[in-house]
Amino acid sequence: MADYLNLAGWLAALAQTVLFVAIAPLFANWVKRAKCTLQNRRPPPWLQPYRDLRRLFGKEVVLAHTASHVFRIAPYIVFGTAVLAASIIPFILAEIPFAAMADAIVLVGTLALGRFFLALAGLDVGTSFGGMGSSREMTFAALAEPAMLMVVFTLAMLASSTNLSTVVGFFLEQPLALRPSLLFGLLALLLVGIAETGRIPVDNPATHLELTMIHEAMILEYTGRHLALMEYASQLKLAIYAVLTVNLFLPWGISRTLDPASVGIAVLALTAKLAVLGALLALAETLVAKMRLFRVPTFLAVAFTLSLIGMLSFIMLEGH
Amino acid sequence: MTAYADLPLIEQLIRTFAALILVSSFALLAQARVVAAIQVFAWQGFLLSALTALVAWNSGLPHLYISAVLSLVLKALFIPWLLIRQSRRLGILRDFDAVIRPGLTLMAAGTLVIFCYNVVIPVREFTQIVTRDAIAVSLALVMISLLMLITRRKAITQVVAFMSLENGLFFAAVTATQGMPMVVELGIAFDVLIAAVIFGVFFFHIRDSIETLDVDQLSRLREMDE
Repeated sequence: MADYLNLAGWLAALAQTVLFVAIAPLFANWVKRAKCTLQNRRPPPWLQPYRDLRRLFGKEVVLAHTASHVFRIAPYIVFGTAVLAASIIPFILAEIPFAAMADAIVLVGTLALGRFFLALAGLDVGTSFGGMGSSREMTFAALAEPAMLMVVFTLAMLASSTNLSTVVGFFLEQPLALRPSLLFGLLALLLVGIAETGRIPVDNPATHLELTMIHEAMILEYTGRHLALMEYASQLKLAIYAVLTVNLFLPWGISRTLDPASVGIAVLALTAKLAVLGALLALAETLVAKMRLFRVPTFLAVAFTLSLIGMLSFIMLEGH
Repeated sequence: MTAYADLPLIEQLIRTFAALILVSSFALLAQARVVAAIQVFAWQGFLLSALTALVAWNSGLPHLYISAVLSLVLKALFIPWLLIRQSRRLGILRDFDAVIRPGLTLMAAGTLVIFCYNVVIPVREFTQIVTRDAIAVSLALVMISLLMLITRRKAITQVVAFMSLENGLFFAAVTATQGMPMVVELGIAFDVLIAAVIFGVFFFHIRDSIETLDVDQLSRLREMDE
């Protein structure tokens, strides 16, 4: 384990968090670009999301008459929880001091807190779209969270710890093995990630004009810097799930020391892994049609069943 | 827990296939469409035959290869083909057979798996063979098939459930005792084959007498219209 009183460790963890927050829009744009290329459309420039954010930050905020202070503080809380979540997952360095303070369950809780305020903000103005969006978000969250927690518990039972750094270290230390529990855990986490980040079979991130939208319905009333923070938070959330998936299930390459060479390898490995995952996500979004809203609970039930089978097969088949 | 990682790859593969068969039985339980249920059943047969071949390779028992080929031909190819052909002739291939309370049914299936695991713990103590961990999965397969039998209404999906139950018994034989004697196995394979054909004939009879394959209609007694 890393020395938690080491100043360099703390600085490295902070730098890693800043880097995470900085590249999150780039990852979202990479998925968008891959999708555009697959669909024979002209992709947006690499820096487009940063320009969008700068433009939104420069704009004036227009508030509805009925908006209360909850509406005004919600973007900061949503963004803050996303940054907090980003800081506690192993990104380039596996052993970060933040991981000792906040484990995987805190991560799920942090994301839930952000979602709670997002849903409150959707309800606050009192438009019908916002209310619909909040109601849908909470319905699906209630189904997605148990599945996510099951995956976390499976990993925790495997590594005998809920500390994400320990889990990653455990996978790096033991020989490569074909584990059914990890196979199903990975599938379940992918399904949960798709649902939670509002990607295509569940929600369409590219439209504001659908009756079945979930995320966009809640932030429809936001303008200016509030909207920028909300958009940024959702890009962060996508990056969080992507990094969580690749680093927990395919942790090879992640750096366990502050040595420049291993950090360099970690950056390269992570870039490659995220590029592949983003391309796969774009491919899936191109091939799959958006499902009916009432089919989403079935989709999440599949995720829950997979995570449950993952946990059961860990207990039944890997109990050595 | 590092002991699992030290197992040979083939034993890890056997366990992974056992878990995949468990997933296929959950998938079968949740399928509402007749054609999808038959397809999942075919996949289950395929996985079962692959698992049998792996066990045969691992244990070096040649008769298990014959079982694997038998179950591939019968359960993954012939019976699904027969069922699809019959349901096409009956015009019910794309019909829905709604699962009664899908959420509760899946929860019940999860509970059954835990129950089976607990029941099998003493059995595991007796034996040292590599597949002893999968005995619980095979029992769970039987139980989940029984659950599917009681939560379905259409005769054709009940037959799929019944065949899947037989898959579970076969799986139990492979995992617990490394297969049954060849005579028994051939007899069962033949039985299943004949059962599939007879069920096919019965579908037509049921439809002719009550004009539907919904067997709930059979539980009501009433005079024939005259």
